[in-house]
Amino acid sequence: MLSLLRKRLLEAIPTLLVLLAATFFLIRAAPGGPFDSEKRLPVEIEANLRAAYHLDEPLWQQFGRYLWNLAHADFGPSFQYRDRTVTELIAGGFPVSLQLGALAMLLAVSVGVTLGSLAALRQNRLADHATMAVAMTGISVPNFVLAPLLVLLFAVLAGWLPAGGLGGGAWQNLVLPVVSLALTQVAYIARLTRGSMIEVLGSPFIRTARAQGLPMRTILLHHALRPALIPVISYLGPATAGLITGSVVIEQIFGLPGLGRYFVQGALNRDYTLVMGIVVFYGALIIFFNLAVDLLYGWLDPRARQ
Amino acid sequence: MKRRLLATALTVVCLLSVACGRRDEVQLPAQTQRVGGASGNELAAVQILRRGNGTEPETLDPHRVEGVTAANVLRDLFEGLVTEAADGELIPGAAASWATSDDGLVYTFKLQPQGRWSNGEPVTADDFVYGLRRSADPATLSEYSAILYPVENAAEVIAGTLPPDRLGVRAIDAQTLEIRLHSPTPYLLGLLTHASTYPVNRKSVEQYGARFARPGKLVSNGPFQLSEWVVQSHIRLLRNPYYRDNLHTTLTEVWYYPVENAEAELNRYRAGELDMTETIPARQVAWLRKHLADELRISPYLGSYVYGFNTQQPPFRDAPKLRKALALALDRDILTGKISGAGELPAYSWVPPVSGYTQQVPDWAHWTQAERNAEARRLYAEAGYSASHPLRMQLLYNTESNHRRLAVAMAAMWREVLGVETELLNQEWQVFLQTRRSRFDTQLFRYGWIGDYNDPYTFAEILESKHGLNDMGYSNPRYDALLAAAARDGNPVTRMATLAAAERLMLDDMPIIPLYFYVSKKMVKPWVAGFEANIMDHHYSRYFRILEH
Repeated sequence: MLSLLRKRLLEAIPTLLVLLAATFFLIRAAPGGPFDSEKRLPVEIEANLRAAYHLDEPLWQQFGRYLWNLAHADFGPSFQYRDRTVTELIAGGFPVSLQLGALAMLLAVSVGVTLGSLAALRQNRLADHATMAVAMTGISVPNFVLAPLLVLLFAVLAGWLPAGGLGGGAWQNLVLPVVSLALTQVAYIARLTRGSMIEVLGSPFIRTARAQGLPMRTILLHHALRPALIPVISYLGPATAGLITGSVVIEQIFGLPGLGRYFVQGALNRDYTLVMGIVVFYGALIIFFNLAVDLLYGWLDPRARQ
Repeated sequence: MKRRLLATALTVVCLLSVACGRRDEVQLPAQTQRVGGASGNELAAVQILRRGNGTEPETLDPHRVEGVTAANVLRDLFEGLVTEAADGELIPGAAASWATSDDGLVYTFKLQPQGRWSNGEPVTADDFVYGLRRSADPATLSEYSAILYPVENAAEVIAGTLPPDRLGVRAIDAQTLEIRLHSPTPYLLGLLTHASTYPVNRKSVEQYGARFARPGKLVSNGPFQLSEWVVQSHIRLLRNPYYRDNLHTTLTEVWYYPVENAEAELNRYRAGELDMTETIPARQVAWLRKHLADELRISPYLGSYVYGFNTQQPPFRDAPKLRKALALALDRDILTGKISGAGELPAYSWVPPVSGYTQQVPDWAHWTQAERNAEARRLYAEAGYSASHPLRMQLLYNTESNHRRLAVAMAAMWREVLGVETELLNQEWQVFLQTRRSRFDTQLFRYGWIGDYNDPYTFAEILESKHGLNDMGYSNPRYDALLAAAARDGNPVTRMATLAAAERLMLDDMPIIPLYFYVSKKMVKPWVAGFEANIMDHHYSRYFRILEH
C-alpha cells in the first residue's frame, strides 16, 4: 500500500508540471491581456504595469519565475484583485466550495445509494420505473436550468429560503445550492447502484445467503452493498473533485464566494496568476481524489490490493 | 413505498403547476401601500440599505480602482474635493469653496473646516497633496491616473520622467489647496469627483502599504467606513462617526452584494434580499414594466452605442456616401423599441445628452424612415453599388446575446432596404478588443463608449486622429483643430459651441453609425427614499433613507 502511495505521488509531479506548462502557454496565447479593457490604457501607464508584473520579460523567463515562486509556495499577486494574492483568494474561496461540494456529495451518495438499492430490489416494478424516470430527468436537466427553477419556486414565490448569498454561513443559504448540485449526482449514483446491485443480487453467494434463510435486510447491508458499491466508488473520485471544483454555475447563480467563480472570471479577465493558481490547485485536488479512490477500492475489493 | 413515491410525484407536479399557473399574477408585497407609515414619510427603525453591486470590486484602494462597481463603494467611503448631489449636480465635497484664476489655470480650494478622517483626525490640504501625488506616482500602479493629465506636470510624473513631488499641486496652508493646470479644463470639477483624486490617509498607507484598503485598516474621509469585506460575498459599511455632514446622513449601514449575474440579482431582489439592484437583465424589462412598474427606474445614461467603420480599409475608406447610406437605412425606433427593448434612446449623434451641451442632430433625424430609406438608396447607388453589384461586408461584435440580436436586425434592414449582404462575426471580448484595435481586419464593428465625466469632451476626444481609442481610424484635420481650440478655450459657452461644431463636422463624415444612447436600469424598493436618476448613474448612499414598511 505504501509503495503504491509513493509511486502515485511521484507520478503526480510530472502530471502537474505538464498541466502547468500547458495552462501557462495556452492562456498567454489567448488574445488580450490583463490590462486590456474598453478604455485602453495610455502607453506609458500600460508599460509601467507590464514591467511591474514582469510581463515585459520573455515568456520562458516568466514561466521560470512562476515555477520558482511556486516552489516557494508563492502563487503570486492577482491581476484582477489588485491588492490580493492568489493564495489569499484560494484560501478564502476553497472552504466555501469544499463545504458545498462535500455536503452535496453526502446528500447525493445517501439518497442515490438508497434509491438505487430500492429500485434494484423492486426491479421492473412501479417503484423501480418511477425512480429511474426521476433519475433520467435528473441527468437530463442541467443544473443551470434546475437552480433558477428552484430559486423561483422556493425563494421568489414561496419565500421559504433565501435566493442567494452566504448569509454568514446559515444553513438556509446552503439548502438550494446543495440540492441543485446534488440532484444530477443523485441520478447518476442511483442508476449506477441499481445496475451493480442487480448484478450482485443475482450472483451465487447471495443465492447461498438466501438459501440459508438470512433476512433480506442482512443480506443487503452485510453482503450485497459492499461489492455493489465498487463501481459507485470509482465514479465518486472524479465526481467529488468535480463537485468541489465544478460548482461554477451554482456559485454564480447563488452568489456564493467559492473558487469556481474566480476560475471563470480569471479566465475572462486574463488574470494569468489567478487562473494558474486555481489550475494547479484543482489539478492537485483531482490527483488526490483519484488516489483516495484507489485506496478505497483496495479496501472494498481484495483483488485490487495487489 | 409506492404510495410515498406517488405522493412525492404529485407534490412536484403541483408545485410546478402553481408556478406556471401564477405566471401572470405574481403577488406584490402587501405592504407596498403602507410604505412610510401614516404620513408616508416616516423612517423605519432600522436604517440599513442592501445594494446589489454587479461584479466584485477589484480593490478599494481609490488610486488603483478601475471598475464601476468599486467606484460605487468608494463614493460612500471617500469624499473628493467636489462631490455630486443626488441629481448629479456638482456640489462642494471635502472642499467648502473654490476660486479659479482668470486664465483658468489655477484652482484654489478651501477645505471644509470640520472635515475628519474616520479615525477622528482632521482632513488637511496635505492629505490631498499626498493623495494626488500617490495617484500619479507610477509606483502606485494606477490604471486611471490619466484622469490627472490636465494637471501641470501630470503626464511627466505618470510617465516617470519627473518625480511625484513635481505634480502641480501644493498645500498653501492646512485648509487651502492649489491645483495648477497646463491648459484650461472646464470639466476639472467633474474630474475631482473621481476616485483617482480622492485623498488617502498617509499614516495608514505608510503603515500597511498595498493592503491599507482592508477592513480594520482602511481610514476614509467619507460618510461611511469599511467594516467587513468577504470577497464575492459582501462589503459592509458603517457610518463614519466623524463625517462632516453626519447631520444629513440617515443610513447607519450599507451592504454591497456582488452579483455579476443580472438574473440572480433580480431573483434576490424579488425575494426581498436586496433593496436595490445595480442593473436588470434586458430580457426581463418587459415583464417588469408590466408587473413591478413602480419599482423600475430607467433613465438616460452617459453612454453611446454605435457601430464604427474602419475608415482606413476598403470598402469604407473614402466612402462617406456609402457610410451614410448604411446609417440612414436603419430604423432606430424598431432597433430600440423592439430589439434592445429597455427604453434606450434612439441616437442620431455621438454625444449623449450631457449637461450644458446642445445635442447635435443631423437633418435626417427628423425625416420619416421612408424618406431616409429613399435617400439611403440614392447614396448607395451613387457610391457605385446596385442589386447586381451589392456591397458585401463583415460586421463584427463581441459575443453577447443582445449584441447579436441587434446585429441580426441591422443586417436584415440593410438587406431589405439596400440589398447589402452582411456577414456577422462575433468574438470573445478580449479577442474582439484586439481585432478592433488592429484597424486592419475590420470593416464595421460594434463600439460602445461610457463617458468618464459629464462633458462632451470625453466623447469628442475619441475621434481625434491620434487618440488611442480611435479604432475607426477617423482622421480629419479640421476636426482635430476644433478640438484643440476647445481645449484652449476658457469660456464655457464658446467652448461648447466649438465642440458642437466639431461633432457636426464629424457626423457629416459619418465614421460611425449612432444607434442609441444607453440607459441605466435599476429596481428600487418602494421604501427606499432619496433615489434620483442622474446621467452618471452615481447613487451616493448618504442621500438614501429607509421608510417604514
